[in-house]
Amino acid sequence: MGIENLFLGFQVALQPYNLLLAVIGVTLGTIIGVLPGLGGANGVAILLPLTFSMPPTSAIILLTSLYWGALFGGAITSILFNIPGEPWSVATTFDGYPLARQGHGGQALTAAFSSSFVGALFAVVLITLFAPLLAEVALKFGPPEFFAIQLLTFSSFIGLGGGSPLKSLVSILLGFILAAVGLDIVTGQLRMTFGITDLMKGFDFIVAVIGLFGIGEILLSMEEGLAFKGAAARINPRVVWDTWRELPRYWRTFLRSCFIGFWMGFKPGGATPASFMSYAFAKRFSKAPDRFGKGELEGVVAPETAAHAAGGASLLPMITLGIPGSPTAAVMLGGLIIWGLQPGPMLFKEKPEFVWGLIASMYTGNVIGVAMVLAFVPLFAAILRVPFAILTPLIVAVCAIGAYSVNSRLIDVWYMLIFGVIGYVFKKLDYPLAPLVLALVLGDLAENALRQSLIMSQGSLFIFFERPISGAITAVALFFFALPVLTPWWRRLRGVSMPTASPRET
Amino acid sequence: MRAADLTTALILIAGGALVIWDSLRIGIGWGTDGPKSGFFPFWLALIMIAACLAIMVRSLRDKSGRPFVTRERLGPVLDVLWPATACVLLMHWLGLYLSSAVYMAFYMRRYGRYPWLAAIAVSVLFAVSAFIIFEIWFLVPMPKGPLEARLGY
Repeated sequence: MGIENLFLGFQVALQPYNLLLAVIGVTLGTIIGVLPGLGGANGVAILLPLTFSMPPTSAIILLTSLYWGALFGGAITSILFNIPGEPWSVATTFDGYPLARQGHGGQALTAAFSSSFVGALFAVVLITLFAPLLAEVALKFGPPEFFAIQLLTFSSFIGLGGGSPLKSLVSILLGFILAAVGLDIVTGQLRMTFGITDLMKGFDFIVAVIGLFGIGEILLSMEEGLAFKGAAARINPRVVWDTWRELPRYWRTFLRSCFIGFWMGFKPGGATPASFMSYAFAKRFSKAPDRFGKGELEGVVAPETAAHAAGGASLLPMITLGIPGSPTAAVMLGGLIIWGLQPGPMLFKEKPEFVWGLIASMYTGNVIGVAMVLAFVPLFAAILRVPFAILTPLIVAVCAIGAYSVNSRLIDVWYMLIFGVIGYVFKKLDYPLAPLVLALVLGDLAENALRQSLIMSQGSLFIFFERPISGAITAVALFFFALPVLTPWWRRLRGVSMPTASPRET
Repeated sequence: MRAADLTTALILIAGGALVIWDSLRIGIGWGTDGPKSGFFPFWLALIMIAACLAIMVRSLRDKSGRPFVTRERLGPVLDVLWPATACVLLMHWLGLYLSSAVYMAFYMRRYGRYPWLAAIAVSVLFAVSAFIIFEIWFLVPMPKGPLEARLGY
C-alpha cells in the first residue's frame, strides 16, 4: 500500500506549479536561514498568511521547502562566517569555520550540504515507511491518549531539554495560559480578557513566533554586536566531485548520525541536541579525535547529518499524531488548522493526496535544495555582506508585515514588539522559547483532550492510567517530568558528579 | 542577572495571580457539561506560580553577580527598539509602507551613516517592492494611509 500511495504523492509533487513553489520555497528558505534573526519557524510564520488562498497541498509544499532551505542556509553562515544562523548549526561551526579559514570552504560546504541531504533523505524514507503504520495505531486513540501524548511532548522538554527544568516548566505553562486567553469555545465564556475587547480573540501563535524568534533574535544579535567577517568560498564542480569521492569513507559517521538525528528529532526538543550529540560521538569514535575542532571534515558531516535527520523526523509526529516536534513544525500545524484540515491520523484516510503529496515533496524539495545551494552558494553568502544598518530595519519591517497579515489588525504588530522584548529577556535568562510556542499552538487541543477525558471519566484523573496505551505513555511522561529530580540523586548514589552542559533548543 | 531573574519571576507570579483571580470568577469546578472554563487556567497558573517561587529561591542563592546587560551593550538594543516602536505608532496614521520606509531611512542614516540619498533610495525601493508583492501579487492588504489613498488604493 505504501508504494502506490507514494506514487500518488509524486504525481502531486511533480506538478509544475508545485515544483515551482518548491524552488521558491527553497530559495526563500535559504535566504531566511542565512539571515540572522530569521529562522525556519519565523520564515514559515511570515509566509503562512500568504498561503491562505492556495490549495493546502501546494501551501504545505511551499512551507516545507522553505523549512529545508532554512536548514541548508544555516550551514552557509556557520561555515563561512562562524555565525550559526540556526541553533542546530552551532556544532557545524566547530570544524566548518576552521576549514573555511584554511581555504577549504568549498569542501566544507559540499560536505555540509551532502550530509544534510543524506540525513534528510534518511528521515524521509523512514517517514514514508512508518507514517502510515503510526497513523493506523493513532486512529485508535481517544482523548486520554492524545492528552497523554501532549504530556509526553512537554515532559521531554523538561526531562531531556537541558537547561533549567523549572524554567522550561514556566515556559510551557505560560504558553498554555496565553493560548487560553479569549473566548472559551467549549462554554462560550470569556477568559482573562478583563473587559478589554482586543483580548477577546486571544494571542495568535504566528504573531508570537515572529516576535519571540524574529524581533527577539534581532535584539539579541544587536546586543552581541553584529560583525560579519566571512571567509571566501570557492566552489566549483571539481571541488564538489573531489569531496564527494572522499565522503563515502565516513559511512559509519553518516549512519550513526542519521539514527541519532532521527531518534532525537522524533521526540520534541530535537535538532540542536542531536547535532551536538552526533558531533561528540563522531569525535569519540574517531581515530584522530584531536583533529576535531581544527578543521576535520568528519566534524562537519556528523552534526549536519544529524540536524537534518532530526529536522525531517520532527515532521513525523506532526502528520501522524498532530503533535509537532519542533517550533517550525508547530507553525505548520497551525497552518493546517487554518487551511481547514484536521491534523492527526485521520488525514491519511481523508486527505491522502495531501499527506502523500507532502511526503513526496520532501524528496523533491531536498533534491532541489541540495542542487540549488551547491550552485548558488556565493549568491546566498553575499546576503550577509549587506550592511547591518540595512538588514536590521529590513528584517523588522518584514516581521511587521508578517504579523499584520495574520488577522489584519495593527494590535498584532504591537503584540509582536512585546513578544520580541519577552523573547529577548527570556533568551537571556535561559527560559526556553520552543516549549512556549508549542504550548501556544497546542493549547486548545490539549485543553479539549483533557476536558473530554475528564468528562469520560466523570472527573477522575485515573483515566489516564487505566487505559493501556495512555497509561504507558503517561508513565513515561511522568518519568521524564521526574528526571531532573532523579538525576542528581542517581549520580550521588553512584558517587560521580558530572557537569552537564546541554545546548538549548530555540 | 539576579535582579532581572527575580523581576521576571515576580512579573510572572503577578500574571499568574491575575489568571487565578479571573479563573475563580468564572469557576474552576465541575459544571453541567464537564470542567468549567476556569479549571484549566487555574491549575496552570497555580503550578506556574510555584515554579516561579522555586526559581526565585534558586536565584537568591546564586551569587555569581553577572550583569544582565551592560550599559554600552544595551545601547544598540534600544536603538532598534525605540525607532521600531515609533514606526508601529506611525502605522496608525501613515499606513505600513510609508512608515516602514521612514523607519528604514532613519535607521540607515542614523546608525549606518549613509548619505540621505542612499537611505531614501533603499527605503523607497523596499516600500515599493513590498507594495507590489503583498498588495498586488498576493492580494494581502496592509494598513494604508493618505499617500496610498491619493494614489487610488
